[in-house]
Amino acid sequence: VNEALLTGLSGGIFAIFALLAVVCAISVVLARNPIHSALFLLAAFLMVAGIFFLENAEFVGAVQILVYAGGIMVLFLFVIMLVNVQRLPQTEPYQKQIVGAVVLGFMLNVLFDAQLVLDPIGGGAPFSPDAFRTAAGRVLGNSQAVAWGLYREYLLPFEIASLFLLVAIVGAVVLGRRSVEKMD
Amino acid sequence: MNVTINDYLALSFLIFTIGFVGVLVRRNFLTVLMSIELMLNAVNLTIVAFGAFIPELRDRGAVIALMVIAVAAAEATVGLAIVIAIYRNRKTPLVDEYDAMRR
Repeated sequence: VNEALLTGLSGGIFAIFALLAVVCAISVVLARNPIHSALFLLAAFLMVAGIFFLENAEFVGAVQILVYAGGIMVLFLFVIMLVNVQRLPQTEPYQKQIVGAVVLGFMLNVLFDAQLVLDPIGGGAPFSPDAFRTAAGRVLGNSQAVAWGLYREYLLPFEIASLFLLVAIVGAVVLGRRSVEKMD
Repeated sequence: MNVTINDYLALSFLIFTIGFVGVLVRRNFLTVLMSIELMLNAVNLTIVAFGAFIPELRDRGAVIALMVIAVAAAEATVGLAIVIAIYRNRKTPLVDEYDAMRR
């Protein structure tokens, strides 16, 4: 396979995914209707998942699609349907300090990019899948390498994360109970 | 065009900034939560990019990214439960009408 052609192809695919991700992200913020925002967010998540695949991180890409696009977005759409948003399109969707916020965001982005321009991190291409090896030198794919790291090196953080999710579930159930006392 | 880590980082900075502006400008609580998800996703993009380009981080990048995804899922669950709990009392999803402590 022609090496230069492959590099050019992955560059083009990256450009397409990056452009679509940014357009979808901007649409999330601009859309007046929350349902449109949610659908644009779903598209942005899928584009970011595509970029994960480009970086040879296929396991994170798959989890991104399953957890974000499959789980979190369904939750969001469910709550949007539950919360009556019929009268929302008529109300003003933005805060009054919108100009200040956009200027602040622009300055933040300039700050990040200045750091990148002044002190660039070397070039190079992403690792190929066979760069993932065990200590014994056996070649692993990305998914297998992640499992290796998650269940051997980082078992304790993994267990803490599972406990954390359990606490979040219990907290959500308690908060969502119907017998919450009236605020006023 | 050879894509370097700097391109990935610039993209994730841009998405993070868009989410940041979204948190500041939107009045609807649900859209604010979506913007927070956007910011967390941009951070994930940074972590995975470092994992894909820095030899010492090779497979750890993905492990850290999975932890961030777990935090994002928990944040969305609890955030949406809070939306429902407040909506049941106040009948509005607009954040600037949540001023019960001021009165």
